[in-house]
Amino acid sequence: MKNSHIAIELIDVDKHFGAVHANDKVNLSVKTGTIHGIVGENGAGKSTLMSILYGFYQADSGQIKVFDQDFISTNSRQSIEAGIGMVHQHFMLVENFTVLENVILGSEGGALITESLEKARIELTRLAKEYGLEVELDVAVEELSVGMQQRVEILKGLYKGAKVLILDEPTGVLTPQESDELFRIFEALKKQGVTIILITHKLREIMSITDYVSVMRAGKMVAHRQTSETNPEELAELMIGRKVLLNIVRTEAKSGDPLLIASNLEIHNEQGIKRVSEVSFEARSGEILGIAGVTGNGQGTLLKALAGILPLSKGSIEILGETISPKKSLNPQELRNLGVAHVPEDRQRMGLISDFSASESALLGYQNDKEINQGVWLKRSLVKANCESIMEAFDVRPINPALKSSNFSGGNQQKLILAREFERNPQVLIIGQPTRGIDIGAIEFIRKRIIEMRDAGKAIILISVELEEIMSISDRIIVMCDGEITGTVDAANADEATLGMMMANALPSDKQITEAQL
Amino acid sequence: MTRDRRLAWINGLLLPLFNVLTAFLATAVVFLFIGVDPIKATKILIYGALGYDEGLGYTLYYATNFVFTGLAVAVAFHAGLFNIGGEGQAYVGGLGIALVALYINPALSAWILIPLAISGGLLFGALWAIIPAYLQAYRGSHIVITTIMFNFLASALMVYMLVHVLREVGQMSPESRNFPEVVWLPFVHDVFAGFGYNIAKSPLNLSILVALFFSLLVWFFLWHTRWGFAIRATGKSNDAAIYSGINPKKIIVVTMCISGALAGLVGVNELIGVQHRLFLNFNYGYGFGGIAVALMGRNHPVGILIAALLFGILYQGGAELDFELQNVSRDIVVVMQGLVILFCGGLEYLYRPLLIRFLAPIET
Amino acid sequence: MNDLLLNLILTLDASFRVCIPLIFASMAGLFAERSGVVDIGLEGKLLMSAFIAASAASVFGSPWIGLIAGMFASCVFAMIHGFASITYKGNQIVSGVAINILASGLTMILTLAWFKKGGITPTLQSDERFLSITLPGVDIIDHIPLIGVIYRELISGHNILVYLAFAIVPLVWWVVYRTRFGLRLRAVGENPKAVDTAGLSVEGLRYKALLIGGILCGIGGAYIAIAHNAQFTKEMTAGQGFIALAALIFGKWHPYKVLAACFLFGFLDALALRLQGVVLPVIGEVPVQLIEAIPYLLTVILLAGFIGKAIPPKASAQPYIKEL
Repeated sequence: MKNSHIAIELIDVDKHFGAVHANDKVNLSVKTGTIHGIVGENGAGKSTLMSILYGFYQADSGQIKVFDQDFISTNSRQSIEAGIGMVHQHFMLVENFTVLENVILGSEGGALITESLEKARIELTRLAKEYGLEVELDVAVEELSVGMQQRVEILKGLYKGAKVLILDEPTGVLTPQESDELFRIFEALKKQGVTIILITHKLREIMSITDYVSVMRAGKMVAHRQTSETNPEELAELMIGRKVLLNIVRTEAKSGDPLLIASNLEIHNEQGIKRVSEVSFEARSGEILGIAGVTGNGQGTLLKALAGILPLSKGSIEILGETISPKKSLNPQELRNLGVAHVPEDRQRMGLISDFSASESALLGYQNDKEINQGVWLKRSLVKANCESIMEAFDVRPINPALKSSNFSGGNQQKLILAREFERNPQVLIIGQPTRGIDIGAIEFIRKRIIEMRDAGKAIILISVELEEIMSISDRIIVMCDGEITGTVDAANADEATLGMMMANALPSDKQITEAQL
Repeated sequence: MTRDRRLAWINGLLLPLFNVLTAFLATAVVFLFIGVDPIKATKILIYGALGYDEGLGYTLYYATNFVFTGLAVAVAFHAGLFNIGGEGQAYVGGLGIALVALYINPALSAWILIPLAISGGLLFGALWAIIPAYLQAYRGSHIVITTIMFNFLASALMVYMLVHVLREVGQMSPESRNFPEVVWLPFVHDVFAGFGYNIAKSPLNLSILVALFFSLLVWFFLWHTRWGFAIRATGKSNDAAIYSGINPKKIIVVTMCISGALAGLVGVNELIGVQHRLFLNFNYGYGFGGIAVALMGRNHPVGILIAALLFGILYQGGAELDFELQNVSRDIVVVMQGLVILFCGGLEYLYRPLLIRFLAPIET
Repeated sequence: MNDLLLNLILTLDASFRVCIPLIFASMAGLFAERSGVVDIGLEGKLLMSAFIAASAASVFGSPWIGLIAGMFASCVFAMIHGFASITYKGNQIVSGVAINILASGLTMILTLAWFKKGGITPTLQSDERFLSITLPGVDIIDHIPLIGVIYRELISGHNILVYLAFAIVPLVWWVVYRTRFGLRLRAVGENPKAVDTAGLSVEGLRYKALLIGGILCGIGGAYIAIAHNAQFTKEMTAGQGFIALAALIFGKWHPYKVLAACFLFGFLDALALRLQGVVLPVIGEVPVQLIEAIPYLLTVILLAGFIGKAIPPKASAQPYIKEL
């Protein structure tokens, strides 16, 4: 059975979460003893697919074969027994347990653990030697570095007898050195006949380590390739897909003075992890500055810092006559008063409150405006009227300020947020993922409005994972990877392939781009 | 009807209705279990609570307390906080009222003294909530545990105050001397008598107006001021609050102070309204009752007024049961409170999967 | 001198008796909270089992039947808590509060319905309750100074549940730290996803934890009604469930430290009783309420991180919702 040529076969696997079609008749075949990459944008359905294979979720329909055996997994135990191990993106480790305790959890062997721990110690020492996976066994996991924790996850899989190891975005949390070390471990595992499925959105990794690659987009499996016969450009195109060309007329930008100057920013996220370093740029009036990058490369953190939600660790931001520094921060309210509008990336959690009525969601951030407050009294009829007028201006449907925010479609929710932020005549606009997950009509409308704001002389910073969006409406583009700027180009002479390479930081330096462009 | 609409109906109306009905049904089962005919008991209960003037007075008097504590719990809920310390805040609030009533010059006018006494209750109730709030916001200790501990601390404090400080010399029982008459809130029957109407005597006093006033105030505050907006935004989404420039830590402290202050008003009804002295455990059970009232009233002042009235009916009607039936006492109300909290709170989603499956299936 | 010593020993002896329900209840809470379920309902379970134990012991004339009935009642309540907070993913604190209030009301209603007296059960005959056991050798050791007194007053002369309480703590420690179940229990309270992805049932483990908690609370309640006292009286648990919760936090969810906390809190309680109305030199009359308040005060201070830090199991109070 273990000599089977095909380790994993998925046939027409289908999965819905409520109304979301996460996996749409997905087919996949993974050869034994290979490293098989699965690429796709965030939300393409990669993690869901692998979680089905691992028994964490159950497929609605479809067939799964493991080493040629039909396999229905209703919980992770069955998958583990079938020889499948998974290293999740967020580690499934008990932080205050030792490495040994973490490894034996679920496979203790007997009702008492003293003996199991000793048995595991011997086995792990052997595994560590065989694959170069040395870890201190009696240390609490929380005291280990992230790279070491990942080793523990791999050891967990191997200890439980995994012949197929799934790794979900394993390098997302690693330093470049740790990533190299991980790839070395992959090679060692491959030599021992372990099959590895690597889920990632980093093309560089796919190209450098995998034998085969499958591409997912919007829940569907769109292509299978032998890695040696493809290239990053093709994969990027497959991942992103060709979007319907939108009819957006753009005039030449008339850029003016810089309204926001960021110098040498270093920013830590809410968990205190450094996500942005040495980032400098300026945003000029009458210009859209696009910030491109694969999700999770620091753009989101940058956006929050620009909006006053996260403090700076280093550097400074000069914005409309004020200076923000690690010592002096402005809160979102103060920035708004200054004339900075913010359309957040996460519209459901931050941009509006799904339980609030549209008029209340349209009030977020502006609840202290003098216009609508008379002494202690918040003039709700005025709030409603204002909401109604901005809904009209931005074609939000239905025009019903009393309707619960969650009852609007994604596009209309987004238009409501934009309306709220745009209609107060801000000078600087910070916009995150303005068109994620909404319909074409709304996309076109929103992009036109953004360009209108540019033409009105506002400075606009646009963050989007949609490369096509960045390219179609920005005037200048900076690309971020691993929290740093990996390239700056004029939109006029940017092409998808070059940007894609910059997003993967696959180009050695900025100079080469310029040369390539020339 | 669209699916969203149906879901809104299910969550907004059907679910709470089913939950309350289940609590009633479960109470009926308890009645049957102890050999009491639930229908007969209901009749006695309703007659006792609403059937004659005195009963009605008692009902409204009990309801007044539940309005205060229900509002207290609800305000905290709106900020996403579970204030389980209403019991202690009510208790210490009573101390504030008593201190004003006992130590401020009784020669002053009632128009000054009574508002001062009410302010004393508000202030002391808020003070008893501010420490747990601060610890939750800035030290990360869980507000539920701290407020529970503060209930017991309140109890110890009050016993100490009553035994060692406020007790009159020579007096055996731990209670304060009587408040000067000027600070007494008039009984409703006295007020009516003043206008020439004679109604039955009951403990119902003008605190009920205070309760209505604060219900209105809470409604206005939560839905018609920017601060109320900030509180509700924080309760619904911490992220959206931060995005809006609201500081959630400050909101925690402010909201808990308001919550504690409202609970502190129980003493207005009990102390300057009815008993005219401070004594042990005057607050007993109202703090926890407030949780049931808030859950049942869906944290809205109108709902709370209705739920408080219902619990008032149960309290007074329960007393009637004591007289009429041998097998049951008014403690059945406590059982019912527990069941309401269980079915409207802990098991609030019990029927949701079922209702959604039958009334609003996912369209694919 | 001798007087002081005897006083001390008697106070210690009293604190032993007082801290027994605390031990049972806090060990019950330890299982629940280690599994990620906050157990505000300890008080209600104690009260309910005290009542049912006293009723059953009186009706059936046996303390053992009383004990078992008490355990059963407490388990039923634990399962209601589990049903709401594990299966239906409701707010664990709300359902805990519901249990407490329900217990408070039901005990009153049922005493009246069953025994025609509101809030009390019939007084138990001595063969219906757990009586003190005189350990062998008291007479022999008695003449040895100090040790004799300690053996007679402190070690001997308790009922069987007292000895059980002290035996149960090492057992709890052993289960939590040395068995497979304990490993999984600790894991599910810290990171239920890790448990789920290891192929184990999060819900199953939490139910088991609550059930064990139910049994332990049941013994604690039975102790109060049919060992320490000879009948059930209204609200007789008097907040001991909450003190047990405080002890659990104060002992940082570790069996031996929790035991120490229980003993400390029990001692304070016994001390407060002994010092009632006593006028000490220098201090004057001791404010008993202050001593009674110390357990709560200490817990608040500890939780706020001013003396050390009590960090609850990470997943506590969070219903487990399966998602990535």
